[in-house]
Amino acid sequence: MNGRAIIIGAGQAGAQAAQSMRQAGFAGEIVIFGEEPEPPYQRPPLSKGYLQGELDTERLYLRPLAFYDQLKIDLRLGVRVASIDRAAKAVATEKGETVSYDKLLIATGAPPRRLACQGADLAGIHYLRTIADSDALRPVLSEGGRIVIVGAGYIGLEAAASARKAGLEVTVLEMADRVLARVAGKEISAFYEKLHRDHGVDLRLGAALDHFEGEKAVAAAILKSGETIACKAVLVGVGAAPATALAEAADLRLANGVWTDERAQTSDPSIFAAGDCASHPSAIYDRRIRLESVPNAIEQAKVAGVNMAGGEARYDAVPWFWSDQFDVKLQTVGVSEGADETVIRGEPSTRRFSVWYFQRGRLIAVDAVNDPAAFAISKRLIGKSGLDAVKLADAGTDLKSLAF
Amino acid sequence: MPKITYIEHNGKEHVVDADVGVSVMEAAVKNMVPGIDADCGGACACATCHVYVDAAWMDKVGKPEAMEESMLDFAHEPKENSRLSCQIAVRKELDGLVVRLPEFQG
Ligand SMILES: Cc1cc2nc3c(=O)[nH]c(=O)nc-3n(C[C@H](O)[C@H](O)[C@H](O)COP(=O)(O)OP(=O)(O)OC[C@H]3O[C@@H](n4cnc5c(N)ncnc54)[C@H](O)[C@@H]3O)c2cc1C
Ligand code: FES
Repeated sequence: MNGRAIIIGAGQAGAQAAQSMRQAGFAGEIVIFGEEPEPPYQRPPLSKGYLQGELDTERLYLRPLAFYDQLKIDLRLGVRVASIDRAAKAVATEKGETVSYDKLLIATGAPPRRLACQGADLAGIHYLRTIADSDALRPVLSEGGRIVIVGAGYIGLEAAASARKAGLEVTVLEMADRVLARVAGKEISAFYEKLHRDHGVDLRLGAALDHFEGEKAVAAAILKSGETIACKAVLVGVGAAPATALAEAADLRLANGVWTDERAQTSDPSIFAAGDCASHPSAIYDRRIRLESVPNAIEQAKVAGVNMAGGEARYDAVPWFWSDQFDVKLQTVGVSEGADETVIRGEPSTRRFSVWYFQRGRLIAVDAVNDPAAFAISKRLIGKSGLDAVKLADAGTDLKSLAF
Repeated sequence: MPKITYIEHNGKEHVVDADVGVSVMEAAVKNMVPGIDADCGGACACATCHVYVDAAWMDKVGKPEAMEESMLDFAHEPKENSRLSCQIAVRKELDGLVVRLPEFQG
């Protein structure tokens, strides 16, 4: 197939889609527009190793620049796309350039939700999504004093672990009555609460932030309860919102992100979407879901790339995710939301266990803590019914005997 | 710089100059050796950077740690000499290392 493909967003999904288009035999032009100055890079280390100063920027890049040259992928970095004209099949950049497309991919990601409370625009209040964000936060880690982290999701907790490792005093404020409340079951929450407290994190559950105080830079976080927590910096990690502004202005269908079908196609047959910005129908869960993870960005972008190249692919990969905090690795398979039964395998106090989530007898998700075998097996078992819960809970049962 | 040879499943060889301190996975990606996906970017979470270490190099490269070993169990066609290349750091002593790539990753 020939013609021109345009990709908006030079991130994990955008880079993968371009590569998959070439692998599927697309011989036309591929142009990727990326707002950030860096070539496509991996974000996970931004709250982990990179934040701790363990690797330099170049080691985050998914591929060397020569890779894009070799595949004749035209990377236009530092260029923001301002609008999509579906009638003319063209995009306009912020600099006023217009480029027409035959196929378009929206891979714009999901930037952090921002706080709007009093004092939210003071200096010293950080968010964490980009290399620039992590670069801005890293010096804070070496200055000492206290950082307040708002939100106990994965990014907040990973940053809390990195900050503790660097010797900072850390207070985490979480409105819910447990950490990771949106994404994991209560056994996992309890495990991570203990892990962080054992490492000296001042973890406040059911703690609602009211506002920030400070002259120019933030000096304190004030809770709804009236309590004041003095701090040198704040990191806000209260979730991300899919970047749908371009799609919305172009009148594409939205549904918790850009609406796509199982082929990663949007409501316009020439336009596809993938990664954090897109929702898709999940056969496993029998509902529409939107995921924010590297594996989802990669797998959905592969599907989009093949279909944009004129092939035929459907997205039905089992979701998975990982998180590293202190010396503990969590690997998650599936989506646990909606579980009505859980089985715990292994003893949390040994720091190696797994939680298996069922809905009406069907396995829908597994959280594996330092237990890659449980993670790997469960990838093959998700969606299945009839697992023997008693055998499963018995850590003496060989997991391989459960795989059927 | 230590030299590392990657041999694709179809026999094609790639000889790469690797920086000391990066992983054998990173050296492959940076030098555009095909056949290593490295979806998790080196977090020992995905097992898509699987390689077979040449028999002559097994001792110098060393054995996988427990986490890596369990991940390898579920890689495509694991063998005695399987390793996750993101968990092997390039060192001076590994100059001349030869690794072979499996037919598929993951
Ligand atoms: C700190 C942190 C830690 C994480 N840790 C993990 C982890 O451990 N495991 C895991 O699986 N996932 C993790 N994630 C999530 C993972 O990084 C994302 O799910 C993944 O990057 C999504 O890829 P994407 O291509 O959809 O979006 P992105 O990688 O965010 O790429 C989108 C790109 O589009 C650009 N863009 C947006 N609008 C425009 C426009 N109009 N014009 C031009 N460019 C535009 C953006 O600037 C951005 O560069 C983490 C994320 C963060 C921030
Ligand atoms: S790159 Fe994922 S395990 Fe090595």
